[in-house]
Amino acid sequence: MNFDLTEDRQMLQDSLRRYLGDKYPVEHRNKVAYAEPFHDPSKWDELVELGALYALAGEDAGGMGGTGFDISVVFEELGRTLCPEPVLGALMASRILSAAGADQEALLSGATKYAVGLGELDAPYDLSQMTTEAKGGKLSGRKSIVYGGQAADGFLIAAKDGGSVSVYSVKAEDASVTGYGMMDGGGAAEVVLEDAPAELVLKDADAAIQDAINAGIVALCSEAVGAMEVLHKMTVEYLGQRKQFGRPIGTFQVLQHRAVDMLTEIVQARSIVIKAASELGGADASRYCSMAKNLIGRAGRQVAEEAIQMHGGIAMTWEYPGSHYAKRIIMIDAQLGDTDYHLMQVAAA
Amino acid sequence: MDLTFTPEEEAFRQEVRDFFKENLPDDIRDAVKNGGELTKSIMERYHAILNKKGWLAVTWPEEYGGPGWGPVERHIFDEESCRAYAPRIVPFGLSMLGPVLQKFGTKEQKDYYLPRILNGDDWWCQGYSEPGAGSDLASLKTRAVKDGDEWVINGQKTWTTLGQHADWIFCLVRTDPDVKQQEGISFILVDMKTPGVEVRPIKLIEGGHEVNEVFFTDVRVPLKNLVGEENKGWTIAKYLLTHERTGIAGVGFSMLELEEVKELAKKVMRNGKPLAEDPLFAARVAQAEIDLEAMKITNLRMLFTAQKQGAPGPETSILKIKGTVINQELKDLKRRALGPNAAPFPGSLKGSNLDVAPAGHANDAARYFNNRKTSIFGGSNEIQRNILTKTMLGL
Repeated sequence: MNFDLTEDRQMLQDSLRRYLGDKYPVEHRNKVAYAEPFHDPSKWDELVELGALYALAGEDAGGMGGTGFDISVVFEELGRTLCPEPVLGALMASRILSAAGADQEALLSGATKYAVGLGELDAPYDLSQMTTEAKGGKLSGRKSIVYGGQAADGFLIAAKDGGSVSVYSVKAEDASVTGYGMMDGGGAAEVVLEDAPAELVLKDADAAIQDAINAGIVALCSEAVGAMEVLHKMTVEYLGQRKQFGRPIGTFQVLQHRAVDMLTEIVQARSIVIKAASELGGADASRYCSMAKNLIGRAGRQVAEEAIQMHGGIAMTWEYPGSHYAKRIIMIDAQLGDTDYHLMQVAAA
Repeated sequence: MDLTFTPEEEAFRQEVRDFFKENLPDDIRDAVKNGGELTKSIMERYHAILNKKGWLAVTWPEEYGGPGWGPVERHIFDEESCRAYAPRIVPFGLSMLGPVLQKFGTKEQKDYYLPRILNGDDWWCQGYSEPGAGSDLASLKTRAVKDGDEWVINGQKTWTTLGQHADWIFCLVRTDPDVKQQEGISFILVDMKTPGVEVRPIKLIEGGHEVNEVFFTDVRVPLKNLVGEENKGWTIAKYLLTHERTGIAGVGFSMLELEEVKELAKKVMRNGKPLAEDPLFAARVAQAEIDLEAMKITNLRMLFTAQKQGAPGPETSILKIKGTVINQELKDLKRRALGPNAAPFPGSLKGSNLDVAPAGHANDAARYFNNRKTSIFGGSNEIQRNILTKTMLGL
């Protein structure tokens, strides 16, 4: 039993924390996260140079990591600064390309930005309801809220293909891509495919898609833990500074106990993410990832809403960084299956 | 990051598992399983079984007759004892007074009391809470005054668990009323047979008798019954609070209860189907399972810290808060799964063949009510939040 990071992962964490702390302060983040292209292409290149993408793939795929704990380290740091770079798409695409045994140097070197299209307008989480279809090597359908799609050079698209599900690769110029910004910063796209030329990546892809979703869940949950810890720290600092009735509001027990409850939930959230990360790739990965996403959803909502409430009016402003943390933490719940969706996954198992 | 145990630790787990399989008597296991009363004679037998193996004083170092275990071994022992439906060791002599004497006692005190605790010669209870001093323990009023070579004690203790069986009580008493509250408290040992000690039972919410009031009227004990320095009793109380908290989350017990909830939900029928197939109930169980799964890792993380730093950190208060809440939730789920079949008073259907609850579940409502105590005792969950506010938030 050992809960310390390995030396390599500690170095990765240190360098990402230093870089993002220096180069991605929240003022810069808010400038790029809410305006086209909803990230900062020059910072994307620098993140890649730091090894952020190579950490996401295993050695046989040309990377230097690829385990749940590697993914967790990277995304926790992205979460601490609300970094809107489209790393999630790269991670999920890499999982599928690894399953297909396909070359992914273009992905890991950051030269090609990938987004993964799974969910659809009326079926954001449950892929059994998907309607996008492959016929004669061409795709038709619409993939909805494709995170990172606004900046992607290429898409991996899940489609019904005969009796099973396949993943196809589609170039951005071969699809009708409508990019847009998100409430919590960063971007996504509606990807409409009308007999779009596509290249088969993987047939019978259910297991690979599920693995990509699981990896994405570990990533999002880690991102949430990073963001929650920062927001909790901001809240505690504010409680110590803000004075009402002649004393810091942090001297009021009603607020102290709620701040402690936030901490307790964050400790529990980190624990379940460690568990999910340790199971990634294994037979029970989906179950533990569902557990993690459910707990993170509940903890995230409590932390975000309590942080806003305890800050009072200041957290209702665009100018205060805490409000952007709260938004991201809340909206993570809507990615790759929300609290209730994953609760029912666990209940049904 | 590595969530696995070493081969040595796994071998130790197997050894503990085999030990319970071979040595835990069926009647004791059944009493634990069915929530029956754990009488003094049951607990004496159980303690003697562990003592013979050298596993009774789990927190003690070898020089005092303990097994000299570290936090991980204690954790494994806790898990396996739960899994075997073994009782929880009565803590007052073994995990409370023992470590206090080892740290603060004189040689004479250690030589006399420690072997007697191990051998079951003395049963101890704890004299901390008073009617006016619960969460605000430092406001306690029971007074000890020096008179010649004796202390004369007057006052009242309450919530004294298993006081009806105890030979001795360790007490926090006020020895100086004129200084800051925390600085006028001493830690004194009292023989329950001393004239002037009177024990009165308190009947609990579910009808059971496990706690008592203890009255002290001109009770005279030798001066040498003081542990540590006069007026330094608060230091001892604080030491006890932070000393042994690795088992505080009760993860092993909750894991068993989760399995019981699931089994029960398969047997209980609702609307023509097993309750387990009701999506709302299944979701409630799933949520408790998720919280417990996280708790398991939280527990191991804090164990790892305790092992690394030599002592558990202040964040163990999180284990107390979350561990008790999860366990209470599971007991609530069991009670709710039974519905009205949980309602008959325990034992009231005895002698008839018309039991309404499945075997082993007749006491589930009683256990639910009794278990509400866990978020109140040992420093209420609100006191734990106060501790965390100071230690973790710095507010």
